[in-house]
Amino acid sequence: MSNSELFTSSIAKKYVMALTGLFLISFLVIHVTINSLVFVPDHGATFNTAANFMAHNIIIRIMEVGLFFGLVLHMVQSLILTIQNNKARPVKYAVPPSNDSSKWYSRSMGILGSLLLLFLVVHMANFWIPTKQAVFSGEEHNSFEKMKIVFAEWYFVAIYLVGIISLSYHLMHGFQSAFQSLGLNHKKYTPMIKAAGFWFAIIVPLLFAAMPIAFHLGFID
Amino acid sequence: MSGNMNLSLKVWRQKNAEQKGELVTYPVSDISPDMSFLEMFDVLNEKLITEGQEPVAFDHDCREGICGACSMHINGRAHGPNNGVTTCQLHMRSFKDGDTIVVEPWRAAAFPVVKDLVVDRSAFDRIISKGGYISVNTGNAQDANNLPVPKVDADKAFEAAACIGCGACVATCKNGSAMLFVSAKVSQLSLLPQGKAEAKERVISMVNQMDEEGFGSCTNTGACEIECPKGISLENIARLNREFAVATAASEK
Repeated sequence: MSNSELFTSSIAKKYVMALTGLFLISFLVIHVTINSLVFVPDHGATFNTAANFMAHNIIIRIMEVGLFFGLVLHMVQSLILTIQNNKARPVKYAVPPSNDSSKWYSRSMGILGSLLLLFLVVHMANFWIPTKQAVFSGEEHNSFEKMKIVFAEWYFVAIYLVGIISLSYHLMHGFQSAFQSLGLNHKKYTPMIKAAGFWFAIIVPLLFAAMPIAFHLGFID
Repeated sequence: MSGNMNLSLKVWRQKNAEQKGELVTYPVSDISPDMSFLEMFDVLNEKLITEGQEPVAFDHDCREGICGACSMHINGRAHGPNNGVTTCQLHMRSFKDGDTIVVEPWRAAAFPVVKDLVVDRSAFDRIISKGGYISVNTGNAQDANNLPVPKVDADKAFEAAACIGCGACVATCKNGSAMLFVSAKVSQLSLLPQGKAEAKERVISMVNQMDEEGFGSCTNTGACEIECPKGISLENIARLNREFAVATAASEK
């Protein structure tokens, strides 16, 4: 036996899933906070100031690299775990195990995560790449105007809503599950963690969803 | 007798580990609602034997719900439709006249089918043999007050010790994970002073063996806890995760 099981065992892989998941959740908090500034009725001035700060601040830029690696680790690790877990039951049941004993979204984290990844590709193409281009060319980037243009199209609004709903259910299981994987189970605190996870999975996606809808319907200009 | 049922059973038949199996339909008639599910299988097997056919092989022992031998996946649920019971304690009154009942063996790579509904669960034995016991000399029975055990810990250890190792958790889990079983076997010892002495080595070697046997990982769906005939709590899995983290991080090996 060696100390490698801290990294290679099935339980250790779940620690990685939990830690990277919680790290990605911390990113969501920042992301939703900054983006909620679009609701300030000053034609995007406050939001653009914050967005420009985020695009140029060196600490945020370093964090962004960490975020990228966190996301990749989360995806790679889940892929490895999914392959191992599928191998653990090579012959399926004729009558599959009852759906009543667990929540559908807890069994569908892979599908929800894959939908999120597809959404992320569109999302990065819409906003992240244009922002990066502006930063490297030294131009002033107007993220607010860019949101207006993107969300004028109904199909982008639809793609974003699908992505956000996937996010909501992914968080609904992932938030509290991360604590269980890390062994943080407590008679007093676990109900609080579960409640926090539930409301986080409702409120954050609602705020995100409000943006494309409000832009599309012209509530923000 | 009135109230007796006629049922259609679809049972997994498989000659041995090598050959492919299939679901075979058997009609059974005049089944009393007071029979246990296994007694209904006894009726079927007697009929098959009189007809010169091979009886259905299935695991059973105490038929009192305490040994963990019986292992049938009934209509998509480990140990059938009722919560908190093993197959032997499932009674035919839980079914209706004319029902079709599909009976399959546990499905997991680590539990290969031996014959029909019998699976090889020796993977569990090998996990236990990696430390699911106390090897330090605990001496003779001493005065109870010499080893203070808080009531809460004693109760939790007792509840974990209720695990009968039937494998319903593995059979139910979408990942074929044995985490509920292993967590119960680790918890029942690590909660008590006699078991604490070897807790660190125990958790590492039992988890290693669990991985080696090819069980899946825990994705916290909670299905095992619902299907467990002994109501083993997910709290044990959290304890296992916690103890494994501390033990591996501190391990000098």
